[in-house]
Amino acid sequence: MARDANAGMVERRGAGLWLTHLGLIIGVAFIFFPIWLAFVASTVTQPEIVRPPMPLWPGDQFYENYSKALTSGINAPVARMLLNSAIMALGISLGKIAISLLSAFAIVYFRFPGRQLFFWLIFLTLMLPVEVRIVPTYEVAANFGMLNSYSGLIFPLIASATATFLFRQFFMTVPDELAEAARVDGARPMRFFVDILLPMSRTNVAALFVILFIYGWNQYLWPLLITTDPSMNTIVMGIKQMFPSGDDTADWPVIMATSILAMIPPVVVVIGMQKLFIRGLVDSEK
Amino acid sequence: MEKRVTFKGMWLPLLLVLPQMLITAVFFFYPAGQAVWQSLFIPDPFGLSMQWVGLGNFEFLLSDPYYRASFATTAVFSILVTVVSMGVALYLAVLADRLIKGSGTYRTLLIWPYAVAPAVAGVLWLFMFNTRVGVVTWYLGQLGYDWNHVLNEGEAMGLVVVASSWGRVSYNFLFFLAGLQAIPKSVIEAAAIDGARFWMRFRTIVFPLLSPTTFFLLVVNIVYAFFETFGVIHTITSGGPQQATTILVYKVYADGFVGQDLGSSAAQSVILLLIVSVLTVIQFKFIERRVHY
Repeated sequence: MARDANAGMVERRGAGLWLTHLGLIIGVAFIFFPIWLAFVASTVTQPEIVRPPMPLWPGDQFYENYSKALTSGINAPVARMLLNSAIMALGISLGKIAISLLSAFAIVYFRFPGRQLFFWLIFLTLMLPVEVRIVPTYEVAANFGMLNSYSGLIFPLIASATATFLFRQFFMTVPDELAEAARVDGARPMRFFVDILLPMSRTNVAALFVILFIYGWNQYLWPLLITTDPSMNTIVMGIKQMFPSGDDTADWPVIMATSILAMIPPVVVVIGMQKLFIRGLVDSEK
Repeated sequence: MEKRVTFKGMWLPLLLVLPQMLITAVFFFYPAGQAVWQSLFIPDPFGLSMQWVGLGNFEFLLSDPYYRASFATTAVFSILVTVVSMGVALYLAVLADRLIKGSGTYRTLLIWPYAVAPAVAGVLWLFMFNTRVGVVTWYLGQLGYDWNHVLNEGEAMGLVVVASSWGRVSYNFLFFLAGLQAIPKSVIEAAAIDGARFWMRFRTIVFPLLSPTTFFLLVVNIVYAFFETFGVIHTITSGGPQQATTILVYKVYADGFVGQDLGSSAAQSVILLLIVSVLTVIQFKFIERRVHY
């Protein structure tokens, strides 16, 4: 092909090209294998699993296992846990984006007393995960009566300023002329925010949404502590609760069906918004 | 950096920062302050009162063999996770970068384990290596190897390392591939014309040019291994056997919630807080340097 001829002398052709593909395919297979196995396990019967080796090709119990998981589960119906996870992940991502947009607007476009202090306070919260201050945060949530509640699942996890920081960086790149023009036209600050700044931030908001949704969906330790009622469990932490505590055999087909269900929403978000996701990742972490 | 054009007003901006300020004060600064405060006390056995011990909790911790062991475990664990996940990712990224077409397809196939929660990854790997029903365990048994991570400390560590690295490969792959694709092809072709073979080019040109990405990933992966792998440890080993996989974050949880030793747990939180701060400073220093490049 002409394209290959022009592609430069560094890229491999012929046998080298196939070796490159082979290496990548082995890598992909290694990455996929645990998920494939979980899927297979979610389509066979319990006896097929407990008498090893289990089959490596899907069985015919797909409908039975998934409907059992969704409607009755082990401690609570998985459909309910999916709903809890969705509320938590959406609450965290949308809540954090909303409060961060407002405060970033304030610190970039206003001079007000305490502005520097506020800026340094939010700077301090960067990168300090909830795991580190877990016991006192739990006590606060308990004192507010937030155990087994959606607000308890959501609020403590939006108490950090990564998003504020990102929006601040972005607002700083918005040309001054836009705010100047808005001011000359006599527009109120909130008009400017809603009509000009927000539409300009669309891509940043979407990229951040992907990252925060996954962050919220995949939380484990916090929901484990504050949801003791099985009907408030999120799916990611609920899986571990499905294992029997004693020597009994775990109900592997249902547990694996639940694992597959737990991965689907974040994976769909990542694959579906791949471009935005990569952009968001590079923006937020670099 | 400041904006030249600003709006007038004092109450509006204060109102705008209020929601974030409230949430951060209640769920961040107050608990963090409480952690520091509680670390200076020990509760009496009935939990009725607190006794001031100053830095006693810290002195006790630093001389406690279990805590030191947990430090060592965390160091081993995070180095292994970082090396394994970055090594595999770099290997795959170098391969994908050699393709003219199709690297996008591999990227799509490789990124999505990033979306799988560490706790779910833990369950998947636990299933494969389960001592009774695990497929890999069974095949290892056929080969004459008796896998039992419930009893064997080294195997337990190996399993949590692999399970923690697995989803991380995707993340590192994305950054390495972006870094590799940003290296000008002309530089590499010039070296190729001068007769440098692949390995030579990689060692002397590609890897040095990739070093900002590598350093960035090093810090980020250590932070990940320290703080975000709780789910993996909790689902696979619960810190065992004999605390062989009790990393620092797991110990804060185990001592605070399971052991109800609030003073010690709070002191451990403060130590973790210091570690995070150091890592944050390193990261920001590095990013600043990166901007000047």
